[in-house]
Amino acid sequence: MAAAVLHGSADHAARFESKAATREPGLVKWGLITIALSFFAFFLLLPLVAVFVEAFRKGWETYLGALLDPDAISAIKLTLIAAAISVPLNLVFGVAAAWAITKFDFRGKHFLITLIDLPFSVSPVVSGLIYVLVFGAQGWFGPWLSEHDLKVIFAIPGIVLATVFVTFPFVARELIPLMEAQGREEEEAAVVLGARGWQVFWHVTLPNVKWGLLYGVILCNARAMGEFGAVSVVSGHIRGYTNTMPLHVEILYNEYQFAAAFAVASVLALLAIVTLVIKVWVERQAGKAATVSEDE
Amino acid sequence: MASSTTFRVLPGFGLSLGYTLGYLSLIVLIPLAAVFFKAGSLGFEHFWEAATSPRVLASYRLSFGASLIAAGINAVFGLMLAWVLVRYSFPGKRLVDALVDLPFALPTAVAGIALTALYARNGWVGSLLEPLGIKVAFTPLGVLVALVFIGLPFVVRTVQPILEDLDTEYEEAAVSLGANRWQAFRHVVFPTLFPALLTGFALAFARAVGEYGSVIFIAGNIPMVSEITPLMIITKLEQYDYAGATAVAVVMLIFSFLLLLIINGLQAWTAKRTGRAR
Repeated sequence: MAAAVLHGSADHAARFESKAATREPGLVKWGLITIALSFFAFFLLLPLVAVFVEAFRKGWETYLGALLDPDAISAIKLTLIAAAISVPLNLVFGVAAAWAITKFDFRGKHFLITLIDLPFSVSPVVSGLIYVLVFGAQGWFGPWLSEHDLKVIFAIPGIVLATVFVTFPFVARELIPLMEAQGREEEEAAVVLGARGWQVFWHVTLPNVKWGLLYGVILCNARAMGEFGAVSVVSGHIRGYTNTMPLHVEILYNEYQFAAAFAVASVLALLAIVTLVIKVWVERQAGKAATVSEDE
Repeated sequence: MASSTTFRVLPGFGLSLGYTLGYLSLIVLIPLAAVFFKAGSLGFEHFWEAATSPRVLASYRLSFGASLIAAGINAVFGLMLAWVLVRYSFPGKRLVDALVDLPFALPTAVAGIALTALYARNGWVGSLLEPLGIKVAFTPLGVLVALVFIGLPFVVRTVQPILEDLDTEYEEAAVSLGANRWQAFRHVVFPTLFPALLTGFALAFARAVGEYGSVIFIAGNIPMVSEITPLMIITKLEQYDYAGATAVAVVMLIFSFLLLLIINGLQAWTAKRTGRAR
């Protein structure tokens, strides 16, 4: 359900501002800009600034101390592990799903797309709960797991599973509209000329969708590293073992270690900013590619 | 297109569809089914009792009410922001455009503690509101603030592409027929935007109802007053009340599925109204 599908970053203002019929009086224009930007500054910009100000309130030493704390380091490690497993899994799935859906005709296609979108419409807390009901002590596989001395819930596998669930649709969601728009002629021509399946994908499909793919992966990664609700349900909050960075932030905050909580939070905020920067860059590249192919 | 259903030129249909269905079932469908099986094993009376206890009912009222208001606020200001970003040029526009996606990218827990710090009694905003007698943090108003934050990009990003694709000729025609600028907006532009705006509203609403991380820090979580529904699930799980948690989860899931259907319908309407593939 994420509304952020890759689109070009062309500036349309000139087109509208050049004509009297689609232009507002200066007063209306600047009035609207002032209201919209005040709302933006108040609700989006201010919280972002607050994270960094609070993080450095007690100086560099506290800041670095919070990040070099062994529990913080193990939280960072676990976050990286969860992302390193869930992003590639969902990348492979996204490519397979987009290939099946856009290159072939079959019944129930729209229903399948809706099913792929499901994890976006499920509350993160419910996303965690479903795995507790499957793998938890009282769940379907609970007795079998404890017999074999395996732990999923309140352990790392549960955290990975919950992360995979919440980031499930990201890559597929970006690729499907792009590959749909591309059509099938180029791939079919390649097959007729003797290319094999992987060669077709690698040399024909991938170059056309690489920016959308990259965008999907970035969004997937940001969500994987930042997920809170779902992971919170399955983690059990065992310090130094099943805490991811967002959970570590929560623990520090609830212990009134505000500066430390914001220090760890600032790293996550930095990740969000990097994600947005890469997104702008990818959009610009995709925009360029689109202009080139229009010129051809 | 010549590709018939009987003969497929491209390879990999069985493999890619098989993998898609297998992975989808394993990660999403089977675990989701577990919730409904669990709920089914409760018996209707037990289920109903757990899903409609007074504290849970209060949480529905807060979650749905605050989400509706937040989505409404976002519809108004999101439309305005999308309009300003598409129609006007002003300094810093690219930066604003990029940062609109911040709530998608910023981990919810980070947003939660940042908003709490801002709106707490000694925070930058909270200390300004305190003399006016307005308390935001640890009240239902705080829940609203967090939900506005989380929902804004949904409206902006669904309305923005439709605004960009709009041809100038309709408004020019309206003006040449004697409409003023407001009438042209009200009768020409707005009806074209409306399905997308409604979609954005529904997306923001759906996200807000399920939202957890950005809300729980600022909500204060006072029983019957500022507890959201997802928190009720967590609370029940912490008391090992799996049945109760499942009952509430089923209510939320059914609601999300209904909204998903509505949103799909709205997106089809948008596509039809604007001639755009979604």
